Amino acid sequence: MDKKYGMYICTGCGIGASLDVDALCAVAGEEGFPVQQHPFLCGPEGVAMIKKDIAEKGINTMVIGACSRRVNFDIFRFDGCIVERANLREQVVWSHSRDVFPKLTEEEIASGDAFDRVQMLAEDYLRMGMARVKKVSLPEPYLLESLSRRILVLGGGMTGMAAALDAAKAGYEVTIVEKTGALGGHANHWRQQLPTATPYEDLLPPRVERMIQSVQAEPKITVRLETMVARIAGEPGNFTVTLKKPGEKIEFDVPFPLPPEMRVNEKGEELDAETLQARYKEYNEGRIDILTFDPDGEKFGAVVLAAGWRPWIPEAGQLAHYGFGDLPDVVTNAQFEKIAKEGKIKRPSDGKEAKRVVFIQSPGQGDDSDFAYTGAVTSLVSLKQAKYVREDYTDGKAYIFYQHMRTSGQMEYFYKSLQQDPGIFMTKGEVVQVRQNGNGLVVEADNTLLGEKIAVNADMVVLATGMVPVTVDDPVVNLAYRQGPGFRDNDIYDGYCDSNFICFPYETQRTGIYAAGAIRRAMTVEESVEDAAGAALKAIQCIESVNRGVSVHPRSGDMTFPDFFFQRCTQCKRCTQECPFGALDDDAKGTPKPNPARCRRCGTCMGACPERIIGFADYNIDSIGSQVKAVKVPSADDYSEPPFRILGLVCENDAYPAIDMAGLKGLNFSADVRLIPVRCLGSVNVIWIKDALSQGMDGVFLLGCKHGDDYQCHFVKGSELASIRMKKIGEALASLALETERVAQFEIAIDEYDKVPRIIDDFVASVEELGPNPFKGF
Amino acid sequence: MTADKSAPVSGSILVVGGGISGLTTALEAAEVGYEVVLVEKKPYLGGRVAQLNQYFPKLCPPSCGLEINFRRIKDNPRIKVLTLAEVEKVEGAAGDYEATIRINPRYVNEKCTCCGACAAACQTEVVNEFNFGMNRTKGAYLPHPMAFPARYVISPQIVGTEDGQRCQEACVYGAVELDMQPRTVNLKVGAVVWATGWEPYDATKIDNLGFGRYPNIITNMMMERLAAPSGPTGGKILRPSDDKAPASVAFVQCAGSRDENHLPYCSYICCMASLKQATYIRAQYPDAKIYIFYIDLRTPGYRYEKFYKKVKEDKNIFFIKGKVAEVSEAADQGVTVTAENAVTGEKIHQTVDMVVLATGMQPTAVNAPLPADLKVSPDGFLINDFDKGGMFAAGCANKPLDVVSTNQNSTGMALKAIQTLVKR
Repeated sequence: MDKKYGMYICTGCGIGASLDVDALCAVAGEEGFPVQQHPFLCGPEGVAMIKKDIAEKGINTMVIGACSRRVNFDIFRFDGCIVERANLREQVVWSHSRDVFPKLTEEEIASGDAFDRVQMLAEDYLRMGMARVKKVSLPEPYLLESLSRRILVLGGGMTGMAAALDAAKAGYEVTIVEKTGALGGHANHWRQQLPTATPYEDLLPPRVERMIQSVQAEPKITVRLETMVARIAGEPGNFTVTLKKPGEKIEFDVPFPLPPEMRVNEKGEELDAETLQARYKEYNEGRIDILTFDPDGEKFGAVVLAAGWRPWIPEAGQLAHYGFGDLPDVVTNAQFEKIAKEGKIKRPSDGKEAKRVVFIQSPGQGDDSDFAYTGAVTSLVSLKQAKYVREDYTDGKAYIFYQHMRTSGQMEYFYKSLQQDPGIFMTKGEVVQVRQNGNGLVVEADNTLLGEKIAVNADMVVLATGMVPVTVDDPVVNLAYRQGPGFRDNDIYDGYCDSNFICFPYETQRTGIYAAGAIRRAMTVEESVEDAAGAALKAIQCIESVNRGVSVHPRSGDMTFPDFFFQRCTQCKRCTQECPFGALDDDAKGTPKPNPARCRRCGTCMGACPERIIGFADYNIDSIGSQVKAVKVPSADDYSEPPFRILGLVCENDAYPAIDMAGLKGLNFSADVRLIPVRCLGSVNVIWIKDALSQGMDGVFLLGCKHGDDYQCHFVKGSELASIRMKKIGEALASLALETERVAQFEIAIDEYDKVPRIIDDFVASVEELGPNPFKGF
Repeated sequence: MTADKSAPVSGSILVVGGGISGLTTALEAAEVGYEVVLVEKKPYLGGRVAQLNQYFPKLCPPSCGLEINFRRIKDNPRIKVLTLAEVEKVEGAAGDYEATIRINPRYVNEKCTCCGACAAACQTEVVNEFNFGMNRTKGAYLPHPMAFPARYVISPQIVGTEDGQRCQEACVYGAVELDMQPRTVNLKVGAVVWATGWEPYDATKIDNLGFGRYPNIITNMMMERLAAPSGPTGGKILRPSDDKAPASVAFVQCAGSRDENHLPYCSYICCMASLKQATYIRAQYPDAKIYIFYIDLRTPGYRYEKFYKKVKEDKNIFFIKGKVAEVSEAADQGVTVTAENAVTGEKIHQTVDMVVLATGMQPTAVNAPLPADLKVSPDGFLINDFDKGGMFAAGCANKPLDVVSTNQNSTGMALKAIQTLVKR
């Protein structure tokens, strides 16, 4: 692209009143940018002025000095042009009122030793804008050579079948891979299903048979029974999948990364690369490395993970107070369901009709939680199973001991309908013990609504135990990714394959693979089937996004992707290890192999790279570095008391909007900081910090999202990785004889705009206390 | 290289409601490649979640996710957003609907730069509905700081007054247009997703709980605004009658919900909402005592259970199983909550500085029936008929849900809408 530059300055919204616009125009002149100003740049005339320049003068690369890029996004979008928005409104004039930062008086100007901080700020933002547009280019999409639109569904239970049907109805080919010999999963063992519609009173015949028939009748769906995934290699739009029979050992079984204890010697020191490689080979003997694709593998575009759950079975002695394992008539709800499916409910010990059945929702012993992995499902299942007792025996009696009856939403109607049944007794209470009493069982409970201590005779006792997601046992997806075969960080979610995000429930750290159903939370059939539709949509969306060469969430539509200058790669593996999405696989030497369709464009790799060989078309080491270098750092040569200069690298997702809000609210903060939005703090390369300090800036701060288990970082690890890097930068600063306090990282949430001034001003004050950077002026 | 850059089929989707549910459906469908029209009756997007201070259980601000969603809209030319717009009529059949949409006047046109000069000039103050009437705002206002679109609104109350004129004169950009008239737009769409959301149940209908009679009884949604940095008190939780920092607060669970006289169903979110709000208060007041009166604590799932456990560890938070019989005024502007402990049978009279009613959710459609051929439950929730197809309900228009489940459901409904457009 032959760049033709231009700058447009808006003087509206208080910009012209606060700033010396002629002086701003002169800044454009310094860099040879033709400049125009307009009192209402976003109005029809202002936009027409820019469009005229584009058409007549061929301007294609411009800096617009006006409002924040968060507003008027559509008005200042010009196809085929590089546009940089210098935020003169929210982050200059609105947040630096002339009441607080007065204009210079005539005398001050005459003195030659006074300066206008706000004017300096605006001028720097224009310089930084010009520096950036020189260094960026328009993105070209990353397109796959061949694209598969087929969707792979792992699991042939209700969730998997629903996902397959929903994707097929939208026109996509689907393959269901099911480990067992039949479709249907757990639902095959159910007598009845919970109600799904008003009036929520009657149980329904299981939907599973109809669902299996629909799947079998759907020409777009292929079913592979007694099959599992050996490995999924490649990237969305072009996954190469090797399938196998369960139990089979094949060379395309996915290799596992070395566990941490095998990566170190006896002294606990990390082994050298060669030894690690040898150990890795030994550890994965008989398995082909991930970079070799199975020539006979099947191609898929995206994956729905619907592998479901297994019933939680108490270990021996774990529920001794309930007699589980010792008393044959104490069973789990899953076992009870099978008994009920076979016919009238009979107790396991002697086949006697079980007419009095007690359901226990909680493990007791002082805890008011339900059993593990239950959600609201087990309350509903106990109600359903209590109804079985009443269906089978007119004189049957069911007792439910609960701590909290969890029948959320409209399922409350189901609970209510059971309360009308004189044969069903429900009470809050803590079951203390279940014991044998002659030919039957006795259940003793405390603190019930019926009395302090009660005892109930029972033929059977049912423990309302939970649904363990199969990802607790096994990665299932078997990804041939260098970071490992499974989803990362499932431990935060108790082993579920869930999303961290409330707003974006399908987002995980593995692009193109979307979990649905009980593998990510305990769900009823109705909820799972609904969840399946969402996961199917995301799978389709991922395929179509890859087809257009754009990113999926959260940078949806972003056409850029990381570009590597491999000649200078030192094989340090940091990018491969730190990518939150596992987008990079390295070879035996450690050279990364990018998989752009897995990438979410956060730039964490760019931040990690010590050689600075990774960048994006419009966001790279040089573009930000040049912005940093474009800041004018006044020294004692310029003024007797030169102002400080502090760089702020701020997360564009949350911190930047918060700063804009501070401006909108008219909150003032130091005019000596220069803010640069970054895609994510994870993309911050320490070179920018060194650049800033070595050119005499006095301090640098990073402003980003909360990290930890409840992280708010849209890219999972960005703010956390940044904080680790910031800790390490201390040594580098010490070697320059600079105080480590000159660099800091702060957390801010998007709605904490009221905290912006304090965070910034406190940091500025702390740097001022350290005194000016000794490198200033060199 | 693949040559086909478009989605496999074409057609457009109308999404009614710009809350988190409608936003999700609209964005998820548009990012597959479909044209979407998103219609919102308020002047801004975000709906109920825009009014929340934090989400449970992460205690993160909803504006964080909204900001990403707004950016997705900005970056996606396939979504057209209409605010202050109400659907008057939808006729036709799956794949071929005609929708009539009324766009009410904002009295501010697209020239608005959001500079705020109109608000500065305006002298009249109107009730701030965004803050449930807990404060007032100028007659020319930005609904809230993060409002999207970021454009002012002029209240009809000042149109035709001197103040209206003042606003118009103050705007140097010619954005104030006091003679703006409602207009009607007709759209042809293939599928419709109704994401019309919910309203807090009108607490004045629950006589025994005293809302509306005593100032220090508020609803849970009001508590969200009190705790929010953009709220009427700048985020400081103060009791309404005298701006006192509350030393004790009681939460009345199932205020209207699980009650045959009000909402027979469970509203799904109120238990978690109260636990969350307890953390708001405890974070601000290290000595405040909190009493939560409940029937059952519905905090299902690993995440909610974990949150409940954490809240339970706080020794200043007391949980009492018992339905509240009455809330009445006490000395010093306090409030007394009367309940019976369901386990011990003991009668409790707990006097506190402030009471929060955990009021439930009612589908918006119950008070304003939707102008289309839709199945509705006796409670006003829309019933999905997937066999018929074409029109779908998403989120809380369909059933009481939390935000996570709403977003799952709404993502799925985007696919259902797309299926309607696919010619098989």
